[in-house]
Amino acid sequence: MTAAIAIDGLEVVFDRFRALKGVNLEVREGESYGLVGESGSGKSTLLRAITGLAPVASGAITVNGKALGKTRDKAFYRDVQMVFQDPYGSLHPRQTVDRLLQEPLAIHGISDGEKRIERALDEVGLGKGFRFRYAHQLSGGQRQRVAIARALILEPSILLLDEPTSALDASVQAEVLNLLEEVRRRRKLTFLMVSHDLAIITHMCERLMVMQDGEAVETLTASQLIGHRVSEDYTRNLLRASEGFVRV
Amino acid sequence: MNGNRDAQPKGTLLEVDDLRVTFPTRTGLVQAVRGVSFSLGRERLGIVGESGSGKSQTGRAIMGLTPPQAEVSAKKLSFDGIDLLSISPRQRRALRGNRIAMILQDPKYSLDPVMTIGRQIVETLRTHEKVSKAEARERALEMLRAVQIRDPARVFDLHPHEVSGGMGQRAMIAMMLIAGPELMIADEPTSALDVTVQLDVLNILDRLVAERGMGLIFISHDLRLVSSFCDRVVVMYAGKVVEQLKASELRDARHPYTRGLLNCMPRIGFERHPLPVLDRKPEWAA
Repeated sequence: MTAAIAIDGLEVVFDRFRALKGVNLEVREGESYGLVGESGSGKSTLLRAITGLAPVASGAITVNGKALGKTRDKAFYRDVQMVFQDPYGSLHPRQTVDRLLQEPLAIHGISDGEKRIERALDEVGLGKGFRFRYAHQLSGGQRQRVAIARALILEPSILLLDEPTSALDASVQAEVLNLLEEVRRRRKLTFLMVSHDLAIITHMCERLMVMQDGEAVETLTASQLIGHRVSEDYTRNLLRASEGFVRV
Repeated sequence: MNGNRDAQPKGTLLEVDDLRVTFPTRTGLVQAVRGVSFSLGRERLGIVGESGSGKSQTGRAIMGLTPPQAEVSAKKLSFDGIDLLSISPRQRRALRGNRIAMILQDPKYSLDPVMTIGRQIVETLRTHEKVSKAEARERALEMLRAVQIRDPARVFDLHPHEVSGGMGQRAMIAMMLIAGPELMIADEPTSALDVTVQLDVLNILDRLVAERGMGLIFISHDLRLVSSFCDRVVVMYAGKVVEQLKASELRDARHPYTRGLLNCMPRIGFERHPLPVLDRKPEWAA
């Protein structure tokens, strides 16, 4: 099995602040991999570093066997797409859904746009009726579906998901998680998913990495986590916290 | 559905009967809260619902923080025998922060960014009580200690941007508790915090509420968290109460919305693919 994403000794530095301190990661092809940690642990920075949105100080990133340089080429962005946390901020407020979905097609010079837009909307469960609406006419869950459609329209092989459901209500979250699982199965996608919620990560991912202060605390399989077979105190704390409030 | 409303423990602090909050919009009137009724003793009551269910507007109406263009009406809205809807704004102001206090979601936005934490706490105290500056400072430091801030003298002189979210929320709790309120409304007090910090803040809140014998209204979208923290839970949907029940009896919830909400969250150790989703029925909102 080849690695879809391989990261070796990745350092990200903002001015003098080291957001990532030598992180190693390997995500296999077709795998769903989770990153967990509290705010400031560097989990989102890791995703952003892969896409070129964070300043990489040193270390190597390889995607589908190709080493990434300072800039990413078009083929990279066709292969790797990202879904952001806040669907209220990640969709252009003055563009219709149609226009939003045209954009990536125009950038990559893809001609069968019509078909692709219809298919993408259909795939995320929105239907044609939503095509000429604006983001503000949609609910949070519908917006996140548009964001997923936009990511899928280029037929990528890797999806980077940065807390894709934390801005959504619990019942809508379930729908979006189900949708993500379904498209992954159908398109055989590789997921790299960030969340602060252990329950979501164990639900969605086969393996995960726990992060704290820009470093990897430990790497686990979902079943290890479910069985509480963890070796670090920090992970144990996270597990306890995710079980809810207990009166002492 | 008020099937299992209990006899009020230790006297009633707050009575809400048929509370309605109406907002005028360009397309007509929108009722955010549509006939909510419950009563509260010196206990912990959770109000749970998703966005748009009217849970926050219910809390705000009790606090008297409904925006001026909106209209609040109720058959009864009384706090310790005082009719909140008929008293003057001045009397209402005297209650607010003194006998009824409110903790908001995000300390980043709810604390004054240009005022030190200590001064904000002292301001609350001196608005409601005649105390000397030196005594106010002493009491503020004591309060900061009570919310488990290790170095209160240092935090006293810091501005909100200099502290973490968890610390900011503790300062907020200190500020709200310093005047010794009898009723505390906490609107998503821990949603902006990391899970590990969340539990610390809840522990502090839990201890202080128990020690001081306050009534607490805990507003949240997280049904599981609320049921582990509160004595009773009110579940809201589309501006109405769909179910009231004891937190310990949550497992026996009857309303399909409550059950659906409990069911749709992923849980560690319970594999379900796909997750059950809510099938919203129009009659729930009727």
